[in-house]
Amino acid sequence: MAEVEETLKRIQGQKGVQGIIIVNSEGIPVKTTLDNSSTVQYAGLIHQLVMKARSTVRDIDPQNDLTFLRVRSKKNEIMIAPDKDYFLIVIQNPSD
Amino acid sequence: MAPKRPKSGRSSAGSKGKDKGKKTQPPTPQDKPGHPDEIFPLVLTSATQELFGCRTDEDVTRESLYKLLKKDNIIQDIKTRAAVSDFSPVKQIVLDYPEEEMLLVFDRSFTYGQCFYLVLTPEAKDRILSPPEPETPEAFESEVSKTPQPKLWISLGSEQEIDEESVTETREKLCYKFSRVRRKFGVPVCFSDRNTAAAKDSYLECASYQDSRFSIKQMQRDCGTQAVPRLQSSSAQTQWRFQKNICTQYYPRELHEEDIDSTVQAESLTNLFNSVTPRVLQALQQEEIMNVFLDDCKALGTLAETDDWSGKVSEDLVLHYAFTNQKYTKDKKISSINWHPTIFGVIAVALTDKKKVQLDESSASIGIVFYSFSDPSNPQLLLECPCDISAFEFNPSNPNIIVGGCVTGQVVLWDISAHITCLQGTGIFDRDDNKENNTPAACYCAVSALQSSRKDPITDVQWLPQTFEVTRRGLPMENIYKVSVQVVTCSPCSTVMFWDVRVPQMLNQSLSGRQQNVDQKTPITPDSVPATFKHLDQTWKPLLRISLPKIDNSGEYAPFKFSLQHYAYNGNTGTSGNSEKAHENDSTEDIPDYSQLRAPSAQTLTALEDVNTKFYFGTEDGEIVYTDWKLEKDESGRLHSAKPLSCFRTHQGLVNTIQRSPFFKDIILTSGGWNFAIWKEGFMDGPIVMSPSSEQQYTAGCWSLSRPAVFFIGKEDGSIEVWNLLESTSEPAHIHAHITSAKITCVKPWTVSPKLHFLAVTDDLGMLRVFEIPKTFYVPSRTESSSVMAELEKIRLKNLKWDEMQVKMKKEAEELKKKMQEPDKPVKLQHENREENMKEYSHYLTLEENVLKGLGL
Repeated sequence: MAEVEETLKRIQGQKGVQGIIIVNSEGIPVKTTLDNSSTVQYAGLIHQLVMKARSTVRDIDPQNDLTFLRVRSKKNEIMIAPDKDYFLIVIQNPSD
Repeated sequence: MAPKRPKSGRSSAGSKGKDKGKKTQPPTPQDKPGHPDEIFPLVLTSATQELFGCRTDEDVTRESLYKLLKKDNIIQDIKTRAAVSDFSPVKQIVLDYPEEEMLLVFDRSFTYGQCFYLVLTPEAKDRILSPPEPETPEAFESEVSKTPQPKLWISLGSEQEIDEESVTETREKLCYKFSRVRRKFGVPVCFSDRNTAAAKDSYLECASYQDSRFSIKQMQRDCGTQAVPRLQSSSAQTQWRFQKNICTQYYPRELHEEDIDSTVQAESLTNLFNSVTPRVLQALQQEEIMNVFLDDCKALGTLAETDDWSGKVSEDLVLHYAFTNQKYTKDKKISSINWHPTIFGVIAVALTDKKKVQLDESSASIGIVFYSFSDPSNPQLLLECPCDISAFEFNPSNPNIIVGGCVTGQVVLWDISAHITCLQGTGIFDRDDNKENNTPAACYCAVSALQSSRKDPITDVQWLPQTFEVTRRGLPMENIYKVSVQVVTCSPCSTVMFWDVRVPQMLNQSLSGRQQNVDQKTPITPDSVPATFKHLDQTWKPLLRISLPKIDNSGEYAPFKFSLQHYAYNGNTGTSGNSEKAHENDSTEDIPDYSQLRAPSAQTLTALEDVNTKFYFGTEDGEIVYTDWKLEKDESGRLHSAKPLSCFRTHQGLVNTIQRSPFFKDIILTSGGWNFAIWKEGFMDGPIVMSPSSEQQYTAGCWSLSRPAVFFIGKEDGSIEVWNLLESTSEPAHIHAHITSAKITCVKPWTVSPKLHFLAVTDDLGMLRVFEIPKTFYVPSRTESSSVMAELEKIRLKNLKWDEMQVKMKKEAEELKKKMQEPDKPVKLQHENREENMKEYSHYLTLEENVLKGLGL
């Protein structure tokens, strides 16, 4: 538990990080540093996106799997790291 | 050959029925390959046929197919001819044949492969012979409609059961008759109920009981079954009795058992982080280091645009055309130039003699010369006028009307609609025509009345914009014609005059009479003078005259140039800027003919309240005056011009340029003497920006048409300075030296296309040069106009502050003086020092001003 917290703090401490959300495989947020409404919104939308991305990758090559997904927008960048049971969403404001 | 008669009687439609009837018939002989056992196909030679009398088509024909042959004959034949006999194959059969005669059938159609066949058994013979008879239709019918015959009933014991089961009377029926007592006949009957269970012995019950003596075991039971489909489909329709909209509201799932989960997660979360963290950190750091999605080339492009490119690109004005013509411009200087508003590449210049020669009225001189890009050496059109023109302008509504102001103080009008073709496009292609040196000349249409009192030249002439007009009292009115009809002129004889180009209302009738007189009087009668302004010729008088009293003392200003603010109709921008043009001429260029226009009476027009009737003008002495052209009533009730609102002596020489910025309505550039100044209308404390004095006089100036912060100043030594307000207000951005050796008299920019900007420069020698403005000076930066505004505001505030400070300082100095008598104030020393410095500085400023004045004057 402490390890988890410590890692979270490390990520949070990076420059430009706006928020971190941990979502379980169903899309329900488990841990978050943002407010509730944003969390819920991010979780719901990104969960669908990750499912789609993952299925795309695996359709093309079943041996393959999604390791990382970065969505870059004008204002910020959303990084999604999927895992077996959860995925980690980090929202960062790029340096410039 | 006879048609085949199958043994079973087939092969004909009729015999088909026969077939059905004969169940004992052998298998159908229709099979070609085999033949039934009871017949034997035979070939009979003609000899045999003759012998037995069965010659084809003679003895046996289609009709009579059968021939009975004696058995003995056959045997005999066999014996006689042995192997050669036709009957040899059937020898044995024939011998065994029980009967006497054998049947030979003529097989016409070779059903069995031969033309004859022998029937081998008597039964078959009989069959064949006899069946042909029932071939009649009667047999056909009987077989089809045979109904089953009822059979006799054989008793099998079932009538006993029936008898047992049937109900029969065992005894005779008993009959009981009931009747009521006679006396009760006709009496109402009353019925009542009686419970049978209540009375004893009222009924007899025979209950069923289980008889133990016998028991029947049901061996057989009849039951019926019915197949029922396992699947049943049915539909139901709901009635939407209560109509109401249904909406769904959802809320996101949340983990209720967060606590439980979190404990569970401890394990899996650590796994998650173990696997994922390095990637995430790397990605985050990547972002920090550099932006991989930045498009360098694109960014380079946008950055480059905003750069000034100083030093990389030539900032010089590139000379494109130089116009001069010895014939017309000898000894003349160009006093005014104007680009043609609509025709590309046409510039008009006004020429005036350098020496002040009093010209005879009758002699026409060339006042305005039109040059075109297509032919630099020959002018395209000349405009004649009685005397030299010192200022002119194209009518903004109709570029064919030109108004000019003469050196004698007269106002001249031209209408060049007839000569417009000379200016348009001919030059580019018809070079030969131009070399004829017969430049067409247009005469003036109308000239104002010459008044001996006015000898001063008209120094500035402007059309009033088409949005409003001015009445005799100076009140701005709505212009119903929507064309510029009034002209404002000013001259150093300290009057500003408004002229109206229309036929004055009250002179309508008298004018018509006069017109004829005028025709005879006009000394100059060229071939084609447009009659547009005939009504004005020689009799034109100003509509409104404004005198310009000085602000502080009596006397009047001598205006040289002025600037009106343009008024956009329906906008609340009073634009009667400082133009002294009180002349509002109804130049109805577009559709109405000018000669037909009548000046409406003042009552019929609607007054425009929001027109700004104040304007700036610059005087001969270098003052910039801000005043109002509306006439006021003084104590005695007479109308007279108002005192000016502000007056500043900023220039040390006569003001030669006073121009509004094309981007800002209230920013004015004035140049004269040795410096220029930028003013903001409404700001009465002086110019916002005043340039430092330069070594040469500034003789001309104009704003750039595309960049709000750039303007061009022409100098006495023939060089042009380009100033950029955003860069510096104390030195020019670029100096283009020695464009010409003479003094520059006029500078006018023109925008042909977004990439092509021209600057027309004229000088004292009568030369007109057209330069192309380099990119640096015509491409505005993105925020230039707002930057300029901000810059000017800043400067203004700075000035304000400075003024305030100065005032404060002065006050403090006074206070200090008072306190000076009390020596015991150490604080004073500090104040003193400061104030002394301020005082010294202000002394210095005044000294400087005086020195400059001395120089200038």
